[in-house]
Amino acid sequence: MKVEQISVFLENKPGSLEHATRVLRDASINIRTLSLAETVDFGILRLIVNDVEKANKVLKDAGFRVSKTVVVAVEVPDKPGGLHSIMEVISVEGINVEYLYAFVEKSGQNAVIIFRFDAPEKAIEVLMKNSFTVITGSKLYEF
Amino acid sequence: MIYNEEFETLPREALRALQVKRLQQVLERVYHSVGFYKKSLDAAKIKPHEIKSIADIGKLPFITRQDLRDNYPFGLFAVPMSNIVRLHASSGTSGRSTVFGYTKRDIETWSELMARSLAAAGLTKNDIIHNAFGYGLFTGGLGLHYGAEKIGASVIPMSGGNSKRQIMILQDFGPTVICCTPSYALHLAEEGKALGVDMKSLKLRVGIFGAEPWNKAMRDEIEKTFGITALDLFGLSEVIGPGIAMECLEGRNGLHIFEDHFIVETINPKTGEVLPEGEEGELVFTTLTKEAFPLIRYRSGDVSRLITEPCRCGRTHIKMERVLKRSDDMLIIRGVNIFPSQIEAILTDIEGLEPQYQLIVDKAGALDTLELHVEVSDKTFSDSGGVKELQKIEKRILKDMKDYLGIAPNVKLVEPSTLKKTDARIIDKRRI
Repeated sequence: MKVEQISVFLENKPGSLEHATRVLRDASINIRTLSLAETVDFGILRLIVNDVEKANKVLKDAGFRVSKTVVVAVEVPDKPGGLHSIMEVISVEGINVEYLYAFVEKSGQNAVIIFRFDAPEKAIEVLMKNSFTVITGSKLYEF
Repeated sequence: MIYNEEFETLPREALRALQVKRLQQVLERVYHSVGFYKKSLDAAKIKPHEIKSIADIGKLPFITRQDLRDNYPFGLFAVPMSNIVRLHASSGTSGRSTVFGYTKRDIETWSELMARSLAAAGLTKNDIIHNAFGYGLFTGGLGLHYGAEKIGASVIPMSGGNSKRQIMILQDFGPTVICCTPSYALHLAEEGKALGVDMKSLKLRVGIFGAEPWNKAMRDEIEKTFGITALDLFGLSEVIGPGIAMECLEGRNGLHIFEDHFIVETINPKTGEVLPEGEEGELVFTTLTKEAFPLIRYRSGDVSRLITEPCRCGRTHIKMERVLKRSDDMLIIRGVNIFPSQIEAILTDIEGLEPQYQLIVDKAGALDTLELHVEVSDKTFSDSGGVKELQKIEKRILKDMKDYLGIAPNVKLVEPSTLKKTDARIIDKRRI
């Protein structure tokens, strides 16, 4: 039920992100969703892509520092209180969210939220028990 | 003003004779008490008694900074620890640092040399000395302090840092003399200006500056900003600390080397060949009177030129020009001596880091700034991929640089493609 995210180290300077997106375009990699975390002097680009292995390889070959991280994707109805319903069960269990980002599905009915939990296994178990839709990697990459 | 008239104005011939006598004594002593010197003299097939004139010194092998490191911490001490009353040390991690020991008599010698230096700047017991050289393992602060007490002046043991407090004390205590690195003096002037303090209104009359290279333009600026006479003090912790050589108020053209305690030579740094006096070369020092940590033909890495013309001040000791360059890759950052190999060693010691780095030295106002770019290694990033982990590494690098080297660079992690293997490791944008 886990999803693999690609993280890319970027220097905080003009052209770094362009270089990464160019490498992905040239390899015909489609980005499902992404977020960019920034500090004073560097950033980390987090990507969910249609082909994790290929993206990992082409970015590494281009000289980027790349890592794969386990994240959890949860589908909720795109309406007020959607995210809150997840946070309720997660906080009760004492699970910590390190970061998250989200996108709305093409149908417009549901939102998908990508979570980095401190305890992903436990989080999946809690979410499933509470009847949330945890999306598998293969399904997410094909969206 | 001459502190020790007898020795500082000794006729050249008598001075030479004294040097030879003291050189023979120190050679006998180190040959029998320090394993390193016995080995190096034996390897060069020289016995101490074969050195009969100053010219013979060229037959003796050099000692280098690497030898000093190889014998860390106490391998070159010529007396037992029970006779040592003080230890100083250079910055750096174990094996890349050097420790200097002093006997009670060494401290007395050093105090006298500093007393001579301060007297050469025209200071007396009526002066109040604001000493902003660092106190601690660095020899600057304590070296100057003991000399100042010896001439009976009032010393304010300020040490470095806390600029606002320094300015307050400069205003309230009314020191007549300031001692620090030239760039710190300019920094204080900037801070003073920001606080609305006119540095010329202070009671300062003389400034004694050293521990880093500076040029005439900096000297002019300091003199103008503070309304003082700025003089140059030279020292090397390995040799004794500050007080090896001092510019005299009367001559203000080169620094007198206290030749009754040191023999100075200039050599070609590439070949080791001794150059005629007056030619630019690497300074080589031999200590004649030190007991705990004598050095025979120590290659300082400082490049200068000796001045043999007599000085109007009456001192007979030879002079050296102000040091402007190094014959090696040593950097002086805010008065701290740093070698690239020390930075490399610190990076290598941090788990998961590769010592791919670039150090950019520049100036912001009067002070040196330091930016350290370190490549993110594959291992570090693939293990974590997180912001927090990388920030932790940045903090660790900064902390180790502060702890071991006493400098605080702005640490920046960079992509591997940024640092080419062929790029210079050090970029020094400062202009001296």
